[in-house]
Amino acid sequence: MKTLFSSMKRHFLWILILAWLCGPALAAEPQQLLMATTTSTDNTGLLDYLAPHFTKATGIDIRWTATGTGKALALGQNCDVDVLLVHAPAAEKKYVEAGYGQNRREIMYNDFVFIGPTADPAGVKGKSVAEALEAIKAKKAAFISRGDNSGTHKMEIELWQLAKLPQPEKESWYVSTGQGMLTSINIAAEKSGYILTDRGTYIKYAHDKGGQPPMVVLVEGDDVLRNQYSVIEVSPKNCANAKADLARKFSDWMAGAEAQKLIGDFKLLGQPLFIPNAK
Amino acid sequence: MDFILQGLRQAFLLLFSGNAETYSAVAATLTVSSYAMAVSLAVGIPSGFALGHLRFAGRRQVRLVVDTLMSLPTVFIGLIVYAFVSRQGPLGHMGLLFTLQGIAIGLTILALPVVISLSAAAVESTDASLRTTLLSLGAGNRQLMFGTLWEARHAILAGSLAAYGRVMTEVGIAMIVGGNIKWHTRTITTAIALETNKGQFAMGIALGLVLLLIAFIVNGSVSFLRKR
Repeated sequence: MKTLFSSMKRHFLWILILAWLCGPALAAEPQQLLMATTTSTDNTGLLDYLAPHFTKATGIDIRWTATGTGKALALGQNCDVDVLLVHAPAAEKKYVEAGYGQNRREIMYNDFVFIGPTADPAGVKGKSVAEALEAIKAKKAAFISRGDNSGTHKMEIELWQLAKLPQPEKESWYVSTGQGMLTSINIAAEKSGYILTDRGTYIKYAHDKGGQPPMVVLVEGDDVLRNQYSVIEVSPKNCANAKADLARKFSDWMAGAEAQKLIGDFKLLGQPLFIPNAK
Repeated sequence: MDFILQGLRQAFLLLFSGNAETYSAVAATLTVSSYAMAVSLAVGIPSGFALGHLRFAGRRQVRLVVDTLMSLPTVFIGLIVYAFVSRQGPLGHMGLLFTLQGIAIGLTILALPVVISLSAAAVESTDASLRTTLLSLGAGNRQLMFGTLWEARHAILAGSLAAYGRVMTEVGIAMIVGGNIKWHTRTITTAIALETNKGQFAMGIALGLVLLLIAFIVNGSVSFLRKR
């Protein structure tokens, strides 16, 4: 008896470590939904604002990790999350076609705008997207790119293509930051350059600069600048462990009247950041 | 520039107003670094001691490998751990992704080579005459071992603190494996990265100061214990 006890004592630490390692697998709560989303929904505070309402309505605890759209899609493909809230329609459609996701639902949009220094060295104010990019290229004015495969970066690449201009990846005036939206805007401001941003992040930026930002909106309202956000459920066919039922509840709630109204009411500096458009 | 001063002010506010988000990040940082250090020290000091004390074939090669592993890039460790604990990875069924335990595993990989290498160096650099002195005093093999270990204790401690510093301030592993999930896996360093991305530079500085304060308390306690 004594030897058994002492051997237990000796192994106690290991038992503890083992229990601690296995803990999360055993204690997995069923009502927990994991989402991968983009930095824009998190950085603007939209999710912090919506999450308590969602939990109250459904009893589901939602957790999210915010990254670029590219990585968010990869997390879904690797079965590490249950649901996605992303904004890169072309990539999303391919993703669903490939069988990684299902039930892609448009939830809301904001739009992209080109911002630049108030002095506007390339004179792009009020121009169309194609004309503006042409002018920036002709003047070799500094242009800042996210360069991180995010939804915004993908949109920028598309805009260069739509303007029938080569991707200026190697030009000296083209700066690829590989960083988040607000960081990139700050870099653009330091370099007095132009940058494409979603309006939500810009409003937040202007707010942080006390409403007197050194960077102003110069090109907006062009049809090609719409930034659509969608919810995609991770396909249970690809990922047996995906919580498809909870993901569906989230998708339904986001497209429902309550969330749509909440999204429309979410304002900063008196301006709405996102416009709900679920069908 | 004024955001540095603002950050200083904000750091005090965060700590003394009992800001729940900050304390959650502090708790996460302390949890992952404690777990990682406990395992690293338990495994690393004996291994490092053996590596420095014993003479065996291939010892130099092993040292070289361990020394090289001290330069493991943290984002690389993060990706490797992610590959293993992702739900489709070999350890996926354990549900370690986006947990503090998952981060702790990555941090252990980060700290272990530092502890082993610096412990080995500490043992190697003990006075060469120590061995003969101990033997002449009639020490057995066991006593020789503990004598050497005791003599090297300060250098081993310094190595452990260096490893602790790396673990506390690490951001790549915590971001990739932890996912920076609010209230759960958001550590101080990932919170700093987030605030910086949000353009809240003052908040980033404030959190950085909080981290420094914790490091100061840890180092202060160690130095206090050493004096006694």
